[in-house]
Parts: sequence; C-alpha cells; structure tokens
Amino acid sequence: MKTTVDHLLALGDDALIAAQRLGEWVAAAPELEEDVALANIALDQLGAARLLLTYAGELEGAGRDEDALAYLRDDREFRNCLLVELPNGDFAVTMAKLLFLAAYQLTLYTALSGCADERLAAIASKARKEVAYHLDHARLWTVRLGDGTAESHRRMQAAVDEIWPYTHELFLPDPTAPVDPAGLRAEFLAIVEPVLAEATLERPADDWAPEGGRRGLHTEHLSYLLAEMQVLHRAHPGARW
Amino acid sequence: MSADRLRDVVAAVVDPELRVVTIEELGILRDVAEDPTSGRVTVTITPTYTGCPAMDVIRADIRRALAAAGHPDAEVVTVYAPAWSTDWISASGRAKLAAAGIAPPGPAGSGRSVPLTLTVRCPHCGAADTEQVSRFGSTACKALWRCRACREPFDHLRAL
Repeated sequence: MKTTVDHLLALGDDALIAAQRLGEWVAAAPELEEDVALANIALDQLGAARLLLTYAGELEGAGRDEDALAYLRDDREFRNCLLVELPNGDFAVTMAKLLFLAAYQLTLYTALSGCADERLAAIASKARKEVAYHLDHARLWTVRLGDGTAESHRRMQAAVDEIWPYTHELFLPDPTAPVDPAGLRAEFLAIVEPVLAEATLERPADDWAPEGGRRGLHTEHLSYLLAEMQVLHRAHPGARW
Repeated sequence: MSADRLRDVVAAVVDPELRVVTIEELGILRDVAEDPTSGRVTVTITPTYTGCPAMDVIRADIRRALAAAGHPDAEVVTVYAPAWSTDWISASGRAKLAAAGIAPPGPAGSGRSVPLTLTVRCPHCGAADTEQVSRFGSTACKALWRCRACREPFDHLRAL
C-alpha cells in the first residue's frame, strides 16, 4: 500500500507527543537516573518524530517542514493516538503508558522495516532498535512496581487498568496503511501479557475502547500540551538560536 | 587531491561527544565521494541514534575540515539505512574508548526484542565484577556502570 501523509502524521505525532510528555518528567522523576532515562527516551522519540514529520511535509508538497507541522498545527490536525497525550499521572501511569507504547511501536516498526517504501522502512528499522530498549526499561519498572510492595502493586495495577482501554485505538484497522495495525495486536499481546504476569498484575478485560485521535478528535489534554509546546515558536515566528 | 587523501581528511574528524574516537572509528562515516567534473565533495554519514544532538556539530566539523583542505563547498548527506550498529565500531576505536574509561559495547546481535545484558569489564582495572547503576548515561548511547573491585564508576557504550 502507498504511504499517505495522514499515516506518516500518525506515526510522527505519536512520537512527538510522547516525547513532549516524557520531557515533563525532567527534574521531577523519582530519582536522578530516571530523569536521565526519560529524557533520553524522549530524545529518541523526538529523533523519530523529526524524520517522520519531515517526510510527511515533503510528501504533502505544500512547503511545510518539521517545524511547521510540529508548531503550527492545531489540535484537530494532530493524528496521534489518545494514549500518548494522556497526562503523566503518577510514575506507574507513565510506565504503563511507556510499556504499551513501546510494545506497539516495536511491533509496528518491525513490520514497517520490511515495507516497500524504502524511506519509511529505513526510519522504522532505525527506530525499532531504540524502541526495544524503551520497552525493556518499561518492563523492568512494571515488574519492579507490580511485584513490589502492596502500595506499588496497587498503583501499578490501577495504572494498567486506567491505560489499557486506550491501547485498542492503536490497532484500529487501516487497510490503506503500509502495514495494517489491526494485524499487530496478537504480537502486542504476546509481548505485554507475559510482562503483566511476571509483575503479578491482572490483564484488564477488553471493553471500553475510546478512540478518535487518528481522526483528529482528541481529549482535552492535547490542547494544553500543544499550548505549552508551541507557545515560543508562535510568539517568535522564525526565531533561531 | 587523491580519493584516499580526501577520505583521510574526513576520517580524522573526531566525534564531539566521544572525543577520543574519530567518526570513522565510530562507524558513522559511510562514504566520501568527489564529483570528477565539478570537484564537489559529498560525504555520507549515518547517526548513532535518530535523536543524536551531535549530528549538527559533526556536519559542521566535516565541512570545516574539507574547507581547510581546499573543498569549501562540500555537501554532507545523512542516511538512515542500514541502521548504525555498535558492531561497526573499529578495533582501534574500542581500544581508545576503553583507554578513556568508557567500556566498549559487546556484540549487538540482531532481531532481539529484549536486549540481554552481558558482563561488562571495568575499563580501569579489567575486573568483570561490575554492576549497572543507570540504564541511561550522559549521552543517548551510554549507560552508567560501576566496578565492585576498584569501586570506580564508568560509562558503558550500550550495544545497539
């Protein structure tokens, strides 16, 4: 299938918004090492976002570069999934979000690295290696918190229960995409379920499945995130340092 | 200037964040080509990590080195495939990293979804009795470790 601008925006916006959320932890994480870890994961996500949005802008052919796409679109024009825009919550919520995002991105990037679009395949095969390390990081924390104290277990289970409904959107069918996400859920579950089991956490039931991000219908949280992310660029258009 | 000499000029550029190794030893220099008619030089590099903030500095350093060698209009192209691997770091690069107190990476392997952590030898005393302090370090490509034998902390370039 042919790569579309909307598909590249979905991939790029997932990475961009995830990077912005992770960056909020800098100087506020539970320990210094985690500040550094989350900042580096954010940097990886931002690196992938830049390549994907640059490609989207060139494919669109309207003269928009990565900065125009990141800083000058409004919420309705973003195609990221709802999961990445949700607030960080406590550290357990952030780790649940990272676990599910990294497992999704790993399966998706792995599939895309073999797709016919060489440019997209190159980006995916590069990002895949980085995301594998993110997944490992989230897995270690999920197990440590889930199989930790009664309080850490309670919080990690609450985080998994809160975030799980938002994972369904990741696998909505898109027959026009180079890789249809609908076919990736089994692989996602094969990664995530053993982690939850090892962490002595219950895998939530599949019922409520909020969605809309891929069509530009977001939660109220995205607008506040964009306001903070875009304010400098919009206040000083074209500023450089 | 011969093709070999031209490559030597570019290959001597050092990595701005791992200043003991050159971009060639790090394996991020992919190609140096000179257009036979126009004489314009095109350098092809690949990033270690997609978000590596050193790339802009590396591009500028390459252009500066070539300008000093008589090629002021060089172009630096960035490619992403095949993706960089720590397996591309040369033997001399590994030796220099270790000498600078940065434990070089083990084999990266391929296709593993969850990276294994192999024993990392202390670059100061050579002991294998080491432990990871932090999975991420001062740059995207490193983790922080410490040696239980000599008690020294050290950076470890993660296998990728």
